Amino acid sequence: MAKEIIRIENLKRYFKVGEETVKALRGISFTIYEGEFVTIMGTSGSGKSTLLNTLGCLDTPTSGEYLLDGIPVRGMGKNERARIRNRKIGFIFQNYNLLPKTTSIENVELPLLYNSGISAAERAKKAERCLKEVGLADRIYHKSNQMSGGQQQRVAIARALVNDPVIILADEATGNLDTRTSFSILTLFQKLHKEGKTIIFVTHNPEIAQYSSRNITLRDGHIVSDEYNHDIHSAEEVYRNLPVDND
Amino acid sequence: MNIKNLLKIALKALNNNKMRCFLTMLGVIIGVGAVIAMLAIGQGSKNSIKAQISEMGSNMIMIFPGAEKHGGVRQSSDDMQTLKPADYEALLRESGTIANITPTVNGQGQWIYGNNNYPSQAQGVNTQYLDIRQRKVAQGEMFTEEDVKNAAKVCVLGQTLVDNLFPAGTDPLGKVIRFGKIPMTVIGVLEEKGYNTMGQDQDDLALVPYTTVMKRVLATDYLQGIQASAIDENQTDRTIEEITGILRSQHKLKETDENNFTIRSMQELAEMISSTSSMMTVLLAAVAGISLLVGGIGIMNIMIVSVTERTREIGLRMSIGATGRDIMMQFLIEAVIISVTGGVLGILTGAVATWMISLFAHWPVQIDAGSVILSFVVCTAIGIIFGFYPAAKASNLDPIEAIRYE
Repeated sequence: MAKEIIRIENLKRYFKVGEETVKALRGISFTIYEGEFVTIMGTSGSGKSTLLNTLGCLDTPTSGEYLLDGIPVRGMGKNERARIRNRKIGFIFQNYNLLPKTTSIENVELPLLYNSGISAAERAKKAERCLKEVGLADRIYHKSNQMSGGQQQRVAIARALVNDPVIILADEATGNLDTRTSFSILTLFQKLHKEGKTIIFVTHNPEIAQYSSRNITLRDGHIVSDEYNHDIHSAEEVYRNLPVDND
Repeated sequence: MNIKNLLKIALKALNNNKMRCFLTMLGVIIGVGAVIAMLAIGQGSKNSIKAQISEMGSNMIMIFPGAEKHGGVRQSSDDMQTLKPADYEALLRESGTIANITPTVNGQGQWIYGNNNYPSQAQGVNTQYLDIRQRKVAQGEMFTEEDVKNAAKVCVLGQTLVDNLFPAGTDPLGKVIRFGKIPMTVIGVLEEKGYNTMGQDQDDLALVPYTTVMKRVLATDYLQGIQASAIDENQTDRTIEEITGILRSQHKLKETDENNFTIRSMQELAEMISSTSSMMTVLLAAVAGISLLVGGIGIMNIMIVSVTERTREIGLRMSIGATGRDIMMQFLIEAVIISVTGGVLGILTGAVATWMISLFAHWPVQIDAGSVILSFVVCTAIGIIFGFYPAAKASNLDPIEAIRYE
């Protein structure tokens, strides 16, 4: 059996909104192993954002257990969680969240700046390697506002890879992109998956489940389905068959 | 996270907003520049007053006849007849702490030579006057003790008088001029001294033996004052005490009687003037300090805007592993960089402004190291104090909300 990356047991997260208690997660359990590409699906209000925040150590569960790479996260303080995010997690957001007027390499180096154990030379080397990996070898010194959405998202992916995380958390990573670019990004995710990276991709778009190895669907804070995909479609194929701008 | 990385991040952020950063800095630059220039003017004027007073003789003591107040009315010292030549002689005889001493009696009148005349005074003094007032005779010589004893009709002219009585540039030495109706021989000319701090022409006088003024000009038995210099300027107070004692016994005053004379020392005067000038300096610096404070508020304002504007950036930094402390330090360092850079530029601006003031307004100025260090420290403090609130605000943001902030 492969290594456990994430294990959650009976995870609950309640919010107090005024007098009412909103139950965003009502007892969720699953285990994600190394090398899986999991899509977490659900409509808005299903609790997927809360789950993502919890998995990303941005939020702490009200009850239940969460082990990331074997380390219990519940009960960690703010600073400890910041540290674990820095060392073990790579985030990818819908709107890229690159620093404005900043070059690709500087954006990619950013997580390493918050790790004092890494020297400037090492930082540059790693950032460069990651940019090459996402296919931006020729965009290393371009500024973020001089690049297309797809390129910006690639920079963001490189930034998520630079700290060698145990898990990559993508939040609607293709949500802002047109179909063609979406598939090129999905192709990249599939490539990373093939290389053995563990990926969680949160989305409300059911189509994407065809390209992942496992799909978890949430509704009203419960898991309604958790299925392995034995017929993974190739995003690259779809991408190739899509017409290049035809107007 | 180490300081080097934080500095890099902060510099990068400032670099992305050059114009705003410069305008914010401008507040500090103007504030510090103003403080430096004002303190330089204050220090300069204080120095020049000090120099002028010590030139006048900082150990000088002046004795006037009459109490400070007389029945509530202060009278002219000319009208009060309590100081006699005998008092002067007693002081000369009995005091151990007086270096030089001279009686003074002034006659006002018209000095006349040929077609030229000029209203001035005949200042009746003895030979020690020159040492007390630290003056020198430039041409000819001072009158002698013998002249004083004989009430000789001789005079030593100040340059202003020479200029007015001998406009053609004739050598005044040996000429006989008249003070009113009394003819006097010019035996010397005083070295020029110019105007003093109070704007008086110190060359508008003629020195005459005091006996001559008493007997031939005013026909009086009384002195208008006595001027003396203490041996040690730091012991002026003791000298004043001693003089008071001698004069009281000379005037046969009882324990309960008030002094019927008044003693003033140059030191008192110096203190008075320098305290006025210190007050002015403090006022000027306070006004300048307020502009520095406004500059600080400007920093705070811009940092708050910047934190709000960069909420998403803060959220991102936190989600990739920045701790609250990292974020706090980043914004604090940004504020301090603005204020310290502004401070350094402000010091330069202040120095240039000071130089221009001395060049165009001819005011005495002096920038001392203390004011430079002070404004630098104040600047750093302002950066920290006014940067703290926005930085704390940034560090307390919730990353979940910050990253989705629109």
